[in-house]
Formats: sequence, C-alpha cells, structure tokens
Amino acid sequence: MTIRDNDGAAPEARVSLVNDPRARGIFFQVLLLAIIIFVGWTIVNNTIGNLQRQNIASGYGFLDRTAGFGTSQSLIEYTESSTYGDALVVGFLNTLLVAVIGISLATLLGFVIGVARLSKNWVIGKLAYWYVEILRNIPLLLQIFFWYFAVLRAVPDKRSKWSLFDTFHLNVAGLWMPEPIYAPGAGIVGFALIGAIVASLGIGRWSRRRQEATGQQFPVFLTAIGLIIGLPVIAFLAAGMPITLEHPVFVETGPLLRQGFTLGTGMTLIPEFLALTLALTIYTSAFIAEIVRAGIQAVSHGQTEAASALGLRSSPTLRLVIVPQAMRVIIPPLTSQYLNLTKNSSLAVAVGFPDLVSMGGTVLNQTGQAIEVIAVWMAIYLSLSLITSAFMNWYNQKMALVER
Amino acid sequence: MITMAQSSVFQIRTEDAPKLPAPVSTSGAVGWMRQNLFSSIGNTVLTLIGLYLAWLLLAPLVQFALIDAVWTGEDRQACLAPEGSGEHVGACWAFVRAYFPQFIYGRYPAEEVWRVNIVYALFALLLIPLAIPKVPFKRLNAALFLVVFPIVAYFLLTGLVVGGEVVLPIVETRIWGGLLVTLVIAVTGITASLPLGILLALGRRSQLPIVKMFSVIFIEFWRGVPLITVLFMSSVMLPLFLPDGMTFDRLLRVLIGVTLFSAAYMAEVVRGGLQAIPKGQYEGAMALGLGFWQMMRLIILPQALKMVIPGIVNTFIGLFKDTTLVLIVGMFDLLGQIQSAFSDPTWATPVTGHTGYLFASMIFFTFCFGMSRYSIYMENLLHTGHKR
Repeated sequence: MTIRDNDGAAPEARVSLVNDPRARGIFFQVLLLAIIIFVGWTIVNNTIGNLQRQNIASGYGFLDRTAGFGTSQSLIEYTESSTYGDALVVGFLNTLLVAVIGISLATLLGFVIGVARLSKNWVIGKLAYWYVEILRNIPLLLQIFFWYFAVLRAVPDKRSKWSLFDTFHLNVAGLWMPEPIYAPGAGIVGFALIGAIVASLGIGRWSRRRQEATGQQFPVFLTAIGLIIGLPVIAFLAAGMPITLEHPVFVETGPLLRQGFTLGTGMTLIPEFLALTLALTIYTSAFIAEIVRAGIQAVSHGQTEAASALGLRSSPTLRLVIVPQAMRVIIPPLTSQYLNLTKNSSLAVAVGFPDLVSMGGTVLNQTGQAIEVIAVWMAIYLSLSLITSAFMNWYNQKMALVER
Repeated sequence: MITMAQSSVFQIRTEDAPKLPAPVSTSGAVGWMRQNLFSSIGNTVLTLIGLYLAWLLLAPLVQFALIDAVWTGEDRQACLAPEGSGEHVGACWAFVRAYFPQFIYGRYPAEEVWRVNIVYALFALLLIPLAIPKVPFKRLNAALFLVVFPIVAYFLLTGLVVGGEVVLPIVETRIWGGLLVTLVIAVTGITASLPLGILLALGRRSQLPIVKMFSVIFIEFWRGVPLITVLFMSSVMLPLFLPDGMTFDRLLRVLIGVTLFSAAYMAEVVRGGLQAIPKGQYEGAMALGLGFWQMMRLIILPQALKMVIPGIVNTFIGLFKDTTLVLIVGMFDLLGQIQSAFSDPTWATPVTGHTGYLFASMIFFTFCFGMSRYSIYMENLLHTGHKR
C-alpha cells in the first residue's frame, strides 16, 4: 500500500491508513482491477496459444467465404454458394421472424387468458388457472419436442393433407397456404395503408385537442378502423386488383414421387417453424397471463368505485381508468417476457430450425471459428436486450406516477 | 308473567322464533352454482363452453394415460395394437417401467446405485427441515446443507480413492444421466450462484466506481445472452481459455456456465431484497459502529435474504427447467435420457414418444409446481411487517 491522501486532508482526526475508508476503497478497487487484468491476460494468452496450435486463423475473414450448406427457410436470397456472412444474416432474420410472430400471438393469448383468470365464472377461472400452471411449469424444450415430434409428426404424410376452408393445408411437410403475388402497382395499396395509419393518428390528436377545448367527442376508433380497412381496399380496386393469390398445387395422381404438394407453389411454413412458434407462443402466454392478472389486480377497487361515482359506465371505466393504470404495472415485466421469448427462440437449434444459433452452430462446426461465432451471437442478443431495457427505462420514466 | 300475558290482549313472544335455514337457492351447492356458474345467460354460456373445452382436453388425456394404457409388458409387442384392427393403444407405461432406472440414474452402474440413493436421501433429509420454517437449528442445518452435503455428495457420486486404495470405485460423469444430472446441475447451480449473486448484488450497490461497473457489466452480460450460447461457450470456448493440456470434465464445464449464468439472475433477486431494506437499518447499524461486512452479515443480509426467498425459489424453478438445455450440448439429463430411449428398437411403437413426453412432463410439473406452491406459501408467511 503506497497510496496516501494527506494532501488537503483536515488536520484533525487522523486515522490509520488501514481504517481510512477512502484508502481502503482505492486499495480494493486496484486489487479487483489487477485480478481482472490478470485473468483476462491469461485467457487471451492461452487462447492465442491454443489457436496457433490448432492452426485456426482468428478474425472475421471467414465471413466472405462460401458457406456450401443450404437452409430450409430463408427470408432473403440464399443458396449453397452464398457466404458464411449471408448464412448468419439468414439466421438473424429468422430469429427476428420467430420473435415478432411469437410476441404478437403470445400477447394476444396472454391477455385473453389473464382476463379469463379473473373471470367471476368459476369454470373459466379454473381453466385459465390450470392453463397457466401447467404450461409454465413444463420446460420449454419439452414443449417444443412435444409439438415437433409428437404432434406435427402425427399429421398426414406427404401424399395427403388436412385442409381448412380449402385454403390452409397441413401435412408432414408443413403448413401450406396461398401466397400473395404482387403485380406492378401493388405498392399503391401499401402506400394507402400507411396513409390511413398516419391519417388515423392525426385524427386522434385533433379529436383529443378538440375535446380538451370544447368537450365535444369524436368517434376516433370507428373512423380509424374505417380508414385503415377502407383506404387500402379502395386503392386495391382502383389499381385494378394488382394482388392475386397463388394456391399451392396438390398432385393426387401420377408417379408416387410427384404426388403431394409441388415445391415452390404457394407459401409453406415448415414444421420446425410451426413447432417453435407454437411452443414459444403458448409457453410465454402463460407468463404474460400472470403479468396481466397481477397488473389488473394492482389497480385498487377504489378506482372502479370512484369511476362509477363519476357516472362512467363499465366500458369507459375499463378503458379510461383501469387499463391505463394496469398498463403501468404490466409493461415493464411484459417487455422482459418479450426479451425472454427472443432469447428462448435460440432453442430452435434443438429441432433444426435455421435461426441465429442454429446457423451459427453450423458455421462454427465447419470453420472452427468458435470465438468469432460466439462473439456474434452474444453481440446480437446483447444489443437486443440493451435496446429492450433502454425502451423499458424510457417507458418507465414516461409512465412513472407523478405525485404531488 | 304468565297470568298477566294470559289476561292481557297484548301478546309478548317469550321465546325466539326458530331459525330458518337460508333459502336453498342462495346457499349450499345450488346457491354456489347459481352465483358462480349460472348468474346470467352470458355466464351460463361461458360455463358450458368452459366445461366443453375441459371435456375436449381431459377426456382424450384420461383415455390415453389411464383407460387405454398398457401397464405391463416385456417389449414393444405389448404396446402394439392388434394388426389391422385400427385400434389405438394408450400410453405404454411398460416402456417407462422398463427404463425407469435409466431415467433416474442414467447409466450409473447398477451395483453402485446405492450411492446415488444415499445422496438423494441425504438431500431430502437436509432440505425438508430447512424448508419448514418452524423446525429449529436453521443455521446448523443450512451449514450442513451448503457446506458438508456438497462435499459428501461429491465423493459419493464420483468415487473416492485414498492413497491408491479404492474406497468407492470411480464413476465417470459421462455415464451419469437422467434425473441425477438434472438435480446435480440445478442444485449445484443454485447453491454456487447464491454467494456469487450476493457479492454481485452488493457490488452493484457499492459506491466504489470500478466495483460497481464490473458488477453491472457482469450482470447485464449474462442476463442478456441465452443459456444455449452460454452452454456452447462453456463446451467450446472454455477449453480454448485454459492452458494447453489442461482439460475439464464436461459436466464441470456445464456447471461453470450454468453457475455464472444463474449468478447474474440471483444478483438481481438479491438486489431487490437489498433495496427493500429501509435506510434506517443501514444508519442504525452504522451508528452502532459496525463495519461494512459486519453490517451486511448481521443486519442487512439476514433481512434481505429472508425477504427474497420466494425470488430465489423462482430462480431455482427457472434453472431446473433450463437444465433440459444441456441435452443440446450432448449431455443426458432427464429429458435427454428419455429422448434417447425412443431410439431403442425393442420399444419402438407409435405411442412410445407420447408416453415418454407425458412422463417427463409429469415429473417436471410435479417438481416445479411444488416449488412454486412453496414460494407462494413463503411469500404469504413473509408478508408481515415489511409491507406498509
């Protein structure tokens, strides 16, 4: 210990250096820093030595090399001659796809179950209770296996199908459905949709300001629904119906190998995707249901009573009094559930869905670039989680109770 | 009195009228049903839909798991429907019965299984009194559970050689499996991550900038990545970090990954407890002249940890479920062992998979549901005093 802090120290109450909290603080921090640097240095040193022995060149040069493996699902153009970098991008996009679909479905289902949990009806309440308890107490991986191996393998084989409304078809190869084909001019429909959303937001703001100024109300919700559905439909008809549906082609006769759905027709959701999304949705919805229930219960009963004392009916009470207050409690844990769902989508590797971890695993096995691939994984998941927590903090600050 | 009452035109009741029971429609089973199931038309419809849903889900399950089930048999023949009959056979419990030892002990040698049994028994014997709040000697019990038990269990499970003389034959960890591996990972993960988590939580609340920064980065890093990548890291990257020629047992590598991962979650749970301690407790401790560690050990941590027992149990439930992920890096936990048993041709039937998953679900559900009930019980017990 050579650190002293007697410059400018008050002359009275000189304590021994050992008992000086500042000196001790500095000492322990220097010690911690030294340990971290030593451990880090050892690890780096060992790693460099090990890599040299195994003749693995470190660095990200391998991302430009040809990957040479295909994938069962890709949102971008990807062939066997694409690069390792492309493979990782495909994986990342697939992870995002599963996350976005899973999050939207799980939120819907979770809110329904959460409200059902509070139902005054005993049967509905109990059903929701056991839904939550059973699904959140069984490991997610087991649920994925169940959907993939036990359910989606028990559907008709490749040469037959189950159909719903003659539009959706299910067999062992996946879920087949019509694919929209965009002719030139289809962009107008998209612009109309965006325009309608912007207009609805504008009307919402205008009506709130008018209500604050004059007290007059305006049916914002109905207008918005009308705009969002109506405008694209009008644009669709005006542009001469530029979007058509291409149904998957099902061959029932001919050589055995040709029977079943013809590849490349219609849209297919592969069973790996279905199993993963189903399991993630259902598993997460059980947690969301609990969050929703806790959020609604956190709003004290006095709020409901006060609202009815003001003369509000049950629907505006819910919309204007209960939900805004419940949301304050619900949103933070809800965001962390979203994050969990995204992280849990990495279990895709267990059923072979080409997500980020699965694609990265293949790249890792082929190139041996363990450190680089794992660094990519960690960087992506970490940035997703940091973005989410940044959003959560922002929302918390915005929604925090402003007390007198 | 009597004469007066008889002679008077007034009538005075001298005894209470008999108490009538409440109307049938508002009390008892009928009243309950009217109130909770059929109070309005909408409610009645909901009840009927709910009952129908329950019937849709439960009937096939009971049919499969109990009524149509095959309980005994030597091989797959017992669980196959008669040729061409088109009938469905239910759960093949004979398969689970035949594989039960594997599901519980993995491929642990049969003549050494008593060692695993002793560990299981010791575990239960020490955990149960620890979990019941009224049993005394908590401190001694915790010390036995957290310090003595792991050492004893380590030597019992892996084997013991003293001075070249084999006391307990060595059993390599790669033939461990089933519930044994699940419990070893979950219990080691939680007991090792608790002290680490406490240190990290204290570090995160520390006023020393470097300590605080280190804790924050550590916690956020492990909480931000999925467990799968942690497991990949511990099985692929950890060997790279070590000097040449030094290797780790695979189970140990997984344990290190799981411990660091759950330590981050534990730290956040403990931090919640630390934050809930009123400032007066810190000030009181300081006024008594206690140093930092004395204050933590004697005043703050006992209160904070007691408050976060439910959180710790919930972390444990999460970890227990997450142990299934080790099958992805090639270890055989309970689920992995069951999954691998499906490939045995002696038992390959259309229902083997379903039976195995049902069995696994039941085991995991029993453990996790039991623990979550316990956590709720503790929460209610600890609800006194701190809430205002």
